[in-house]
Amino acid sequence: METPLTRNILPGKSPPDLPRYEKAGGYVALRKALRMAPEAVTAVVKESNLRGRGGAGFPTAQKWSFVPMGDDAPHPKYIICNADEMEPGTFKDRLLLEGDPHQLIEGMIVSAYAVQADVGYIFLRWAYKLAAQRLEQAIAEAYRKGYLGRNILGSEYSLELHLHVSAGRYMCGEETALLNALEGKRANPRAKPPYPQVSGLWGKPTIVNNVETLCNVPHIVNYGAAWFKNLSHGTDGGTKLYGVSGKVKKPGLWELPMGTTVREILEEHAGGMRDGYRFRGLLPGGASTDFIVADQLDVAMDFDSMQAAGSRLGTGTMIVLDDKTCPVGMLHNLEHFFAQESCGWCTPCWSGLSWVEQILQGMEEGNGQASDLERLQSHVRLLGPGHTFCALAPGAAEPLQSGLKYFGDDFDRHIREKRCPWRGR
Amino acid sequence: MLSEQERSEIQAESQHYPNNRALCIEALKIVQQHRGWVSDEGIADVAEALGMTCVELESVATFYNMIFRKPVGKHVILLCDSVSCWIMGYERLREHLGVRLGIGLGETSADGCFTLLPNVCLGACDHAPAMMIGGNHYQDLDPARIDEILAKYQKEEREEEREPADGNTTDA
Ligand SMILES: Cc1cc2nc3c(=O)[nH]c(=O)nc-3n(C[C@H](O)[C@H](O)[C@H](O)COP(=O)(O)O)c2cc1C
Ligand code: SF4
Ligand code: FES
Repeated sequence: METPLTRNILPGKSPPDLPRYEKAGGYVALRKALRMAPEAVTAVVKESNLRGRGGAGFPTAQKWSFVPMGDDAPHPKYIICNADEMEPGTFKDRLLLEGDPHQLIEGMIVSAYAVQADVGYIFLRWAYKLAAQRLEQAIAEAYRKGYLGRNILGSEYSLELHLHVSAGRYMCGEETALLNALEGKRANPRAKPPYPQVSGLWGKPTIVNNVETLCNVPHIVNYGAAWFKNLSHGTDGGTKLYGVSGKVKKPGLWELPMGTTVREILEEHAGGMRDGYRFRGLLPGGASTDFIVADQLDVAMDFDSMQAAGSRLGTGTMIVLDDKTCPVGMLHNLEHFFAQESCGWCTPCWSGLSWVEQILQGMEEGNGQASDLERLQSHVRLLGPGHTFCALAPGAAEPLQSGLKYFGDDFDRHIREKRCPWRGR
Repeated sequence: MLSEQERSEIQAESQHYPNNRALCIEALKIVQQHRGWVSDEGIADVAEALGMTCVELESVATFYNMIFRKPVGKHVILLCDSVSCWIMGYERLREHLGVRLGIGLGETSADGCFTLLPNVCLGACDHAPAMMIGGNHYQDLDPARIDEILAKYQKEEREEEREPADGNTTDA
């Protein structure tokens, strides 16, 4: 089984420096890309069916194709790597950032070339200190070797690349809020249209892609679209970093074919539940995805299959709920997070989420009312798509609506017994 | 006023951004790095240096979690309170830290040594529960491990007291 994204990453070892990265075939894709027309690079990425790994699964080449090209295109154009990774339960980009920084940098240069970007930023969350250090070092190495800067490898193409370390807020990961954060403003999202590809950072054409998305690009350019599609078990191309946290025997992160089943990831790679714990459900791709439960374990972890199962692939890092953990308490924890991180721009989100948080807290404390369930259901509706400016609120509604659906008995018990049955009060 | 050091660090960062406004978060971080937190004076200093109003800068400073607008202890403990850590025992750790340090979330210990803050997911969910102190990540935590880590910081603290500040202390 091929694992292109993690082949240079050895547990406990420092990442490859430039000479080692080159020896392993690094920067060959960049040389190859520079001999291609920019549109040809986009074409091979399109052919590969690469879809964004940041959560929404938008086809990468399609995103790039909205960027104005040619002599009349506005400049500077920007490319941004979204390395904010603050989705609870998500720890995949960190591995790529710490484990093989040159892979990301090469991915950014090749992608930047495809849209003819002039300046790139890596938008990194502050908590990833080691990643910051390693990226700084790798960027400096790449400049010294002529992979960055003016006239890359003697070509006509030039790119400046900078690291921006965020001052922290979940909202910064939303791509238009991220643009505001980079401009030194509050990270509220922007109205779309105009889309960032046309009018983004400082009003110039900008693409924002996730770390894992960009890391795939050099391999696609090197080995071709057919190879990439073959890595996957389904129609979306490539491998995927899948993770598991919670009370399983071996929590961790693995690069596997896109479309590996939930069961294989949970039972084979994560070793199944710890002794004495039973499986109740899981959030397949971070905090803002719908629960899936025991009879859905044979679903493939890819974008379309997860959607058909009523959830989303999201970030592909699952959070497991066991039978000794209170589902209402878990939802309280999740909705507390969303309420805290709401940027305050729209009422259903900032006001609604604090209501939701209070209702769940009341239930946990033994003050649940029969009418609470209806109130939670109405918030699910109000938080849903179409009522708010960005996807934070709909994301917050996903675990809540599916939690109400699958763990209704647990909600009822809280209300009936006037206590949390898990806390032994 | 900004110190020479602060000024030159901000200057170095300015090469990465096309205008002063974009530099403001970076500048706030630099001031915080040197002064421990961002006071009203810190806001005024940065605003003046970048040609922004204090109100404008304040609205940015208060938005971001890692800009501290209140004084903090020497070491800030960021305890992850997100979902995977919650499942793996966050509440027990919070109580344990509270007892050991005599403080609740958002508070600073009487000796000024530690501030305890809750924090969103630290990206260590497969090694939950997790926390950070300064730039260091600590994971797979339980109360015993917390005691070891606190003891290490407290020992350093005592050693520093014995050799009064000549600025040569190193971070662990
Ligand atoms: C509240 C919120 C937070 C987000 N956080 C991240 C993040 O940390 N990293 C990320 O890549 N995408 C995040 N996204 C998705 C981005 O808006 C965007 O879709 C993504 O970066 C696009 O990259 P991709 O096409 O390569 O997936 C977030 C979205 C929302 C609504
Ligand atoms: S949905 Fe929430 S986070 Fe998104 S813009 Fe509205 S208030 Fe802000
Ligand atoms: S939930 Fe605590 S590190 Fe991710």
